[in-house]
Amino acid sequence: MNEQITLSVNGRPVTVVAGTMVSTAVALAGAFFRRSVTGEPRAPLCGMGICFECRVTIDGREQCRSCQVVCAEGMEVRTDA
Amino acid sequence: MPELAYDVLVVGAGPAGMAAACRAAESGAKVAVVDDNPRPGGQIWRAGRGGYASGAIAWLATAERLKVESIAGASVFAAPAPGLLALETFAAGSLEVAYKKLVLATGARERFIPFPGWTLPNVMGAGGLQALAKGGLPVEGRKIAIAGSGPLLLAVGKYMHEHGADVRLIAEQAPRASLVRFGCGLLLHPEKLMQAIGFGGSLFGVRYLTSCWPIAAQGGDKLESVTLRRGARTWTEACDYLACGFGLVPNLELAALLGCRMSESGVAVDEYQASSVAGVYCAGEITGIGGLELALVEGEIAGLAATGRLETARRRFGARESGRRFAAAMERAFALREELKTLPQADTLVCRCEDVALGRIRSYRGWREAKLHTRCGMGPCQGRVCGSALEFLEGWRTDSMRPPVFPAKVGSLIEVSASLQSTVDKC
Repeated sequence: MNEQITLSVNGRPVTVVAGTMVSTAVALAGAFFRRSVTGEPRAPLCGMGICFECRVTIDGREQCRSCQVVCAEGMEVRTDA
Repeated sequence: MPELAYDVLVVGAGPAGMAAACRAAESGAKVAVVDDNPRPGGQIWRAGRGGYASGAIAWLATAERLKVESIAGASVFAAPAPGLLALETFAAGSLEVAYKKLVLATGARERFIPFPGWTLPNVMGAGGLQALAKGGLPVEGRKIAIAGSGPLLLAVGKYMHEHGADVRLIAEQAPRASLVRFGCGLLLHPEKLMQAIGFGGSLFGVRYLTSCWPIAAQGGDKLESVTLRRGARTWTEACDYLACGFGLVPNLELAALLGCRMSESGVAVDEYQASSVAGVYCAGEITGIGGLELALVEGEIAGLAATGRLETARRRFGARESGRRFAAAMERAFALREELKTLPQADTLVCRCEDVALGRIRSYRGWREAKLHTRCGMGPCQGRVCGSALEFLEGWRTDSMRPPVFPAKVGSLIEVSASLQSTVDKC
């Protein structure tokens, strides 16, 4: 459970413990998650896949709820920040 | 063509869903549990670094022993034909799953009441912060204010405190008197007493303030402080996170899509947890917020009934009755006070997906009209957040559900419409 894995958030490497959610990796990278339709910075609200505030692009797939996806080695995450 | 077929399909891998799956599988039925989280357990049993809670381990082990299949990381987005659900997964695209009997155990989400500043990053749900912490977010040494209503605040406060957070306070909107009455009611449920301790002062060294609620959050690009009110006094607390939820609301979208009749508190069910739609059972929070033990017993009854073991199911009716009495007492104790309706100002955003402020929404007569004119509730969350807020603030009920009940990729929708077409062709 303490195995370390490395993924990238907006091109920068982030190392986390295996089992960490992508939402946490984005927060640890210091990135915020998205801009709202009027340009406000937004970050996770519900943590359980309901609110869609944590959506990011994962390995080219847009609009993924980062709180519902476990980090994988080499994963490329982009926020729209 | 469905890729997978089961005797009993369960949607939701929390306590109600796992209990239903285990009871159904004991009879030899082929059973699967679908959940949009990558791991089973739902919210209350969400595993953190330390693994699962002991209560969860027993049920998850039973499910494994009985060969209950798990379809994890999959969101149900449509019901293209009777006995068929369409799912989208992060890992493997979309798929269709056929069932003979369906048990819905889709659980609950937090109710959010908008207040100035609630859209700032690091203002989260109480369960929301806990879920992120369990998902690896470090909370050690972070200043956390917990606010809102319900027993969840206590559980989250305890978790954060145990994980080294600097929990500044827990602000419960309910008055002390109603919680004390609730505490007395709990004498009939000694196992619940532990959750309700600490009234009037501190709890595991954390301030627990009743009749207290947040009125605004401040910060630039993220939260810096929260302003609280208690009686005539208002003051501001510096914090890194505000974990704030005003009780729970059931996740009714899928049941509504399937056409299940609703009651005041959730999906209407008969004594065997059967909904108004033939072959569809409902258990746990979606039949009315009731907590862990009620969810387990309702799940057991649904799983037994779905596999035709009505006599065995009846033996659990007594336990369900006691769970329902507890739920009713809890609802009374943590009833939301009217003053909270004045929290959002005219320029406070209510719909976070489309950035619609309360002032604009209030100029319309109801949910449907507001939606058509402002796009309120029409973003990706499909009203899951603003819907329950407006239900409390304006007394509006959300209108009928149409697929997709979760945003799905166009490719997935095309596949579903193909299977819908083939059903029509057969008629």
